[in-house]
Amino acid sequence: MSRTEGKNLRVLLYEGPGSTPLENEARYQALSSLLNNGFEVTRPVEGQQVAPPDDSPLLILGLLKHPPDVAADVEVYVRNLADMSPVDAAREVREETGARALEAWKPWFPVIDFDRCTNCMQCLTFCLFDVYAVDKQQKITVQNQDNCKTDCPACSRVCPEVAILFPKYAKGPINGDVVREQDVQREAMKVDITTLLGGDLYGSLRTRQREARARFSTERDESKALLERKRCLGKLKKSLDIPDEVLMTLPSAEDIEERAARAKAKLAKRQAGSQTVRDSRPAPSDKEWGI
Amino acid sequence: MKILYCNCTYAKIVPTEVKQSVLRQLSDSGLAFDAVADLCDMSARRDPGLKKIADGGCTKIAACYPRAVKWLFHAGGAPLQDESVTVLNMREDAAVDIVRELVK
Repeated sequence: MSRTEGKNLRVLLYEGPGSTPLENEARYQALSSLLNNGFEVTRPVEGQQVAPPDDSPLLILGLLKHPPDVAADVEVYVRNLADMSPVDAAREVREETGARALEAWKPWFPVIDFDRCTNCMQCLTFCLFDVYAVDKQQKITVQNQDNCKTDCPACSRVCPEVAILFPKYAKGPINGDVVREQDVQREAMKVDITTLLGGDLYGSLRTRQREARARFSTERDESKALLERKRCLGKLKKSLDIPDEVLMTLPSAEDIEERAARAKAKLAKRQAGSQTVRDSRPAPSDKEWGI
Repeated sequence: MKILYCNCTYAKIVPTEVKQSVLRQLSDSGLAFDAVADLCDMSARRDPGLKKIADGGCTKIAACYPRAVKWLFHAGGAPLQDESVTVLNMREDAAVDIVRELVK
């Protein structure tokens, strides 16, 4: 199962008729511990509005004198806080229902601001991990969130419209903060990758690889080549804020060229009015990328 | 009017003292509310709960930047009705100001 699949368990912290209201501290601790363990919690109050149940399993928790009557078209479980802690109760029901458990992952994926996006496809062409695709309306979309590399905001750095957000990112405007004129100007400078790397990106990679090969053959100086690679990667890392871990997984120059050619062909096909909606091919595996 | 609180459980980007203070005051307020572990996580999963939150009128959301929240709901298949939603930013604003807006 993908880390983005599965239903969450929703907990209803019940203090209505047939129950003893919780002390303020106990209620806060229950809420806090449940949320920190990945559960969703609703505190209902008679006469006030909360989100209606969806199809997630529902756990009713409270200091219950008798089980409350709940009219809901979902699986309902009841546990008494007099018998167990909120988190123990929720974990027990989670196991029983197969609901999703808290995972050790940061939800890291690009979110597109369609008020700013001009559908230029630069992100689709740039991303080496097949995160982006084109939908039925020929609009850019985020298709493979799981492929996105945690803490890498590089695609948002190359977006000329500052239209790609990573809400968990530390700094604005990538984190969703207001986009200012100077942000647009700065990104417009960064987007010029040709300037960034002193020429065409793929050409530049090709040249560097050719030079590195030549050096190996003439000088047999492995350390110089490694230094050169380190220098180039350092430049890229600094300019686009790419984490080390992502640089370590970058595909080879040939793979990048192939990927670029594929993306260009795909775009050309779509622009020619093809009805193709999505690339039906699975994302390349680590092995295919040569990682 | 509905209230939604996001705990941003999966990352430490919202100041802990602000999160805790907002949650505590909401908890003590006597107001009904929904609290989610992490809106980003729900958006990534296209959680149907997002639609239940987005539908049905006026909503106040205590989370992070309004632009991020708006497009997270959109990405999750549950676009918000801009005119009926107020987003309060726990990354930037003080807990006291957020709670004042929530209970208003």
